[in-house]
Amino acid sequence: MFDALSSKLEIALDRVRGRGRLDAATVDATLKEIRLALLEADVNFKVVKGIVERLRERLVGEEVAKALNPAQQVVKAVSQELERALGGESAGLALTGKPAVIMLAGLQGSGKTTAAGKLAKLLKSKGRHPMLVACDLQRPAAVQQLKVNAERVGVHVYAPVTAGDPVPVARESIAKARESGCDVVIVDTAGRLHVDEELMGQAAAIREAVQPDETLFVIDAMIGQEAVNVARAFLDGVGFDGVILSKLDGDARGGAALSVREVTGKPIKFASIGEKMEDFEAFHPDRMASRILGMGDVMTLIEKA
Amino acid sequence: SRTRNVLGASVADLFGRGITDEAWDGLEEALISADVGVTATLEIVEDLKRRSREEGVVTAEGVVALLKQELRDALGSTDRSLGRADDEGPTVWLVTGVNGTGKTTTIGKLAAVEQREQRQVVLAAADTFRAAAAEQLGIWAERTGAALVRKDEGADPASVAFEGYAAANEREADLLIVDTAGRLHNKRELMDELGKVKRVLEKQAGPLEETLLVLDATTGQNGISQARAFLEAVEVTGIALTKLDGSSKGGIVVAVQRELGLPVKLVGLGEEIDDLAPFDPDLFVDGLFEQL
Ligand SMILES: Nc1nc2c(ncn2[C@@H]2O[C@H](COP(=O)(O)OP(=O)(O)OP(=O)(O)O)[C@@H](O)[C@H]2O)c(=O)[nH]1
Ligand SMILES: Nc1nc2c(ncn2[C@@H]2O[C@H](COP(=O)(O)OP(=O)(O)OP(=O)(O)O)[C@@H](O)[C@H]2O)c(=O)[nH]1
Ligand SMILES: [Mg+2]
Ligand SMILES: [Mg+2]
Repeated sequence: MFDALSSKLEIALDRVRGRGRLDAATVDATLKEIRLALLEADVNFKVVKGIVERLRERLVGEEVAKALNPAQQVVKAVSQELERALGGESAGLALTGKPAVIMLAGLQGSGKTTAAGKLAKLLKSKGRHPMLVACDLQRPAAVQQLKVNAERVGVHVYAPVTAGDPVPVARESIAKARESGCDVVIVDTAGRLHVDEELMGQAAAIREAVQPDETLFVIDAMIGQEAVNVARAFLDGVGFDGVILSKLDGDARGGAALSVREVTGKPIKFASIGEKMEDFEAFHPDRMASRILGMGDVMTLIEKA
Repeated sequence: SRTRNVLGASVADLFGRGITDEAWDGLEEALISADVGVTATLEIVEDLKRRSREEGVVTAEGVVALLKQELRDALGSTDRSLGRADDEGPTVWLVTGVNGTGKTTTIGKLAAVEQREQRQVVLAAADTFRAAAAEQLGIWAERTGAALVRKDEGADPASVAFEGYAAANEREADLLIVDTAGRLHNKRELMDELGKVKRVLEKQAGPLEETLLVLDATTGQNGISQARAFLEAVEVTGIALTKLDGSSKGGIVVAVQRELGLPVKLVGLGEEIDDLAPFDPDLFVDGLFEQL
């Protein structure tokens, strides 16, 4: 049950058991292990620095409850800190427009087109009438892929062209949605690199054209240290209101979640957890905190302590 | 060359005020932020510290030289060319990886290179799962003049591979490239399915000339577990590192090569047909320090 980090913390903390307060040296030794765990989970090294500093302030002088296992006590403090950094309770979608508009953006292959289908399915199940809009006119067969997803979940799709400029398609989709009785428009866009100025400009133009209620940034949970630069560039270049963390059904620790949240302050709204249209759920910061730390089930462990 | 300049200049800057603890920490950060990974980074830096002590290195240039050597050693000196059949039948390359890394695109680019060199290529769309995967490969076949073998969505991928080989054989094509569905390496069933695709091909073709793993350069530490799992399931022979045109350094392949001995053979540098290049270790090592 005790995972790698907890057992390392046990060793680092064993000698303080029942000794009152955590001293600076013990906290240093402990934080060293926590730093490594966070880096191994792909949390950006600058973000790690910030977290470790905050933890240091919190831990030095902390009372070690005699009854508690100090390692568990520290793990608890750490996961609380991560949970806080990940944004507390999960945030929903604010869809007020008529039609309401959701736009998806992100790097190539991050899971946008799949998420478009998943969001449509979710909203449909809540009584909405979604329409998917094909604004990826770049990747081969992207339009066809979106059409298949629309068919799979049984919603409208607006895909008038397979090549050319996606901005007019986006703009016209609003009227099309009204005509066909749809009350939510979900705009799929081409994958783009955050360093590609031209394509970032295109995404901004699509956003401008449809004025989304929610622009969601889709990011792969397996991403490494660059997550911070990517997220910041999408925030500056396109702008977004929330994040979808994809491919969480893998075994990546997903430290990117922390990095993205720390540098953008935007909430992670959904977790994408598979290839099927139903593999989609609200994001849970508490589960993510234990996942990043590499703890099977930290909370139960702590509760038992 | 560009190589010497960037790596030399940035690391030399780091050690400009002497070989200090801060400089070593800076190097550690540079490697970690390039996704080389904690374990590999700590080992590389420890090794460098020891060697520079033992060899009496006192200048920044000396450290740069050692570091370069160390990273080049980590990347190995294996043959990075793609395997080809030396007998009659067509060469077979099987392309694998987790979701969205760039398998289908890399296959399209490879087909373009091969067709341009007058080799006849057949592409088999053994991704029968993802929406419009076969259509996507079909567009690449059209672009490159390669032939396409596909079946309906939901068909058995092994049977598409089987028919792909049969078609390549019959046409006396030079090369069969088999596209597979993206799959996360922790999914047992899907990895077994991939194993079956490979076995079916080997039954027809004998040992495959290449089983490529496509890794996304933006991938962090999970890249190692991807490589380990695909190596175990289908004996990967080489890596194609895609999306190096972004700002990610792809440092995870240093760890993958060190731990698993898997050589990088190709790099993807964009979404267009010509955006594929052989892996150049010097350029790569240089790139690791580009924005230091
Ligand atoms: N296992 C898993 N696979 C996913 C998930 N989300 C998407 N995928 C897969 O990841 C791959 C890429 O997904 P897409 O939806 O095409 O990604 P995209 O961002 O639209 O890609 P581009 O349009 O090329 O930029 C596909 O194979 C999807 O099936 C997820 O949550 N889990
Ligand atoms: N910038 C950049 N994009 C790339 C590169 N290689 C592939 N892509 C893009 O990445 C996305 C996914 O590529 P695919 O070839 O569909 O990836 P895949 O591994 O076949 O995906 P699945 O079959 O869904 O698992 C597409 O948008 C590609 O255009 C590359 O080297 N650089
Ligand atoms: Mg897409
Ligand atoms: Mg594919």
